[in-house]
Amino acid sequence: MSVDSSAARDDVAVLALAPLERTADEVLDSRHLETGRHGNLVAALVQLSRKPAFVVALLYVLFVVVSALLPGWFSNGQPYATHPTDAMRSPSIHHLFGTDEIGRDLWTRVLYGSALTIKATATAIAIGLVAGLTLGIVSGFFGRWVDAVIMRLVDVLLSIPSLLFALTIITAVGYGTLPVALAVGLGIIPGFARTTRAEVLRVKTLPYVEAARASGASWIRVLVRHILPNSWGPVAVLAVLDAGVAIIAIASLSFLGFGAPPPSSEWGTLISAGRDFLVTSWWLSLMPGIFVTLLVFSLNHISKTLQELER
Amino acid sequence: MTRYVIGRVLQAIAVLWAAYTVAFAVLYLLPSNPIALQLAAAGVDTTTLTPAQLHLAEAKFGLDKPVLVQYFHHLGGFLHGNLGTSITQDIPVAQVIGHRISSTLLLSLVAGVVAVLIGTTLAYLATYVRARWIRLILTRLPASGASVPQFLTGLFLIQFFAFRLNWLPSTGQQGWRSLVMPAVTIALLTGSILAQVLMRSFDEVMRQPYIVTARAKGLSRGAVQLRHGLRNAALPALTILGVIVGLTVTSSIVVETEFSRQGIGSLTQDAVSTQDVPVVLAIVMIAAALFVVVNLVVDLLYPLLDPRISHHTKAV
Repeated sequence: MSVDSSAARDDVAVLALAPLERTADEVLDSRHLETGRHGNLVAALVQLSRKPAFVVALLYVLFVVVSALLPGWFSNGQPYATHPTDAMRSPSIHHLFGTDEIGRDLWTRVLYGSALTIKATATAIAIGLVAGLTLGIVSGFFGRWVDAVIMRLVDVLLSIPSLLFALTIITAVGYGTLPVALAVGLGIIPGFARTTRAEVLRVKTLPYVEAARASGASWIRVLVRHILPNSWGPVAVLAVLDAGVAIIAIASLSFLGFGAPPPSSEWGTLISAGRDFLVTSWWLSLMPGIFVTLLVFSLNHISKTLQELER
Repeated sequence: MTRYVIGRVLQAIAVLWAAYTVAFAVLYLLPSNPIALQLAAAGVDTTTLTPAQLHLAEAKFGLDKPVLVQYFHHLGGFLHGNLGTSITQDIPVAQVIGHRISSTLLLSLVAGVVAVLIGTTLAYLATYVRARWIRLILTRLPASGASVPQFLTGLFLIQFFAFRLNWLPSTGQQGWRSLVMPAVTIALLTGSILAQVLMRSFDEVMRQPYIVTARAKGLSRGAVQLRHGLRNAALPALTILGVIVGLTVTSSIVVETEFSRQGIGSLTQDAVSTQDVPVVLAIVMIAAALFVVVNLVVDLLYPLLDPRISHHTKAV
């Protein structure tokens, strides 16, 4: 899904989460079992490992993350080393993604560029998650006018298309990986806030919360021990989904020229630079493009599988 | 009913005002040195100016006044249809936007039509086809379509239809032929999202008793789906019209830049890279107004289109 469908995503998330309601009995039942929550976890892992598409998607995401941290493991070359005699080679065994106009190995450049994009994505998700969770919990927990004020604020943020909102922030703050991460992160707060709020509202009314309150636990304790652990599932699913959305947004912004300055090689920057050679050397744009798209596909698939598992 | 309409309109105005406040706050409060930002946009190096010149420049952009005064000044301007003056071009923002808006409107309109075609066809087929694997592919297709980054869709189209087949011009805006690829790039995303929503509501509608009645009457499956199914399934899809419109607007930023078209999208890209603050603010407000107005119209029209829903029972 592209950049700016936070409202759509929200609806999708809410719709998808509806059947998630577990009855209190089921929850209590699972507590009775000796294995408890860990037993569920093991069962879930076994179930997941039997889904080949899920395993492939997970391995690909892991590969991208590891290669971003340790690009040297997967490539012998240097991202900035030029070999003019080897310029414009199409993809081959020696150069998986081919080489660019001054003979730099594109595969190596993509891997070294991963670090920037992964870092930006992680920052954006962290901002969205922390701020969204806080707003959602405060909103759902305190209710009344606090809830009304926060939710109206969320409505307002949703009325500005998120790519435009990100561009507004970049206009004010400037270019670079960090401003882009900040801009994208602020844009995904509303989605997290809404999902968290819905979950808190749902969990808050369940019997075990009432039981905990009746047995003398303070609201803070109930919040930390009972409400939070039981509401984070859908929020985690949304976080994986939003990682995909954030990657597209970050790549789009660096494609538009607002990312880290050259010679660093953010994915979007590589794709954009390759456009000049599209007639003769298609791989310069399309190979990094496919690399990014596969990552987004994988994240979406993981998120969807986890969502089905929660039901 | 009148009460509901008035309340809903007031709410829309409040959201717009708040959106303006947020955008203004980001653009005028966040930068550490707004005057340097605006002078840089106008092509002046602040370090070469004397304090007196600097003060003159501040007065010109109205930056010597307190932020609150500026806020109300701009707000008043917006209410009177005065969008301010572009810093880089030194002409009214309304004029800058006016020059470019027709191209973007045309692109959005064509993209909208293509998206509706893609969305309804996919959803109709996915519901009609009985073969399990075709149905599975059709229901999975929109999710994939929605997760391909748009710049990549565009690049693939250019590579294939412009360079390989030589059917369409790769960039520019000469006639309808140059409109095809940008419109399809946008529509593949918005159409996919539309298809997802339509499929879900088809699922719901096809289980209703009136569908069984229509079938029992002797109508064919295809006809029932078209005359009874689609009309009812299309109603819930209306509610995401605002999202679709918003997406079309933001898609035009990437797509117009990619296909070198002169429109609001490429204007946005220009304005952000030259930090032309008044232009950015005006574009954000136009997009927000579009989103709010579309949602308002859909909300108000909904009970007319679907008499089963009345505003008396609906919680607002």
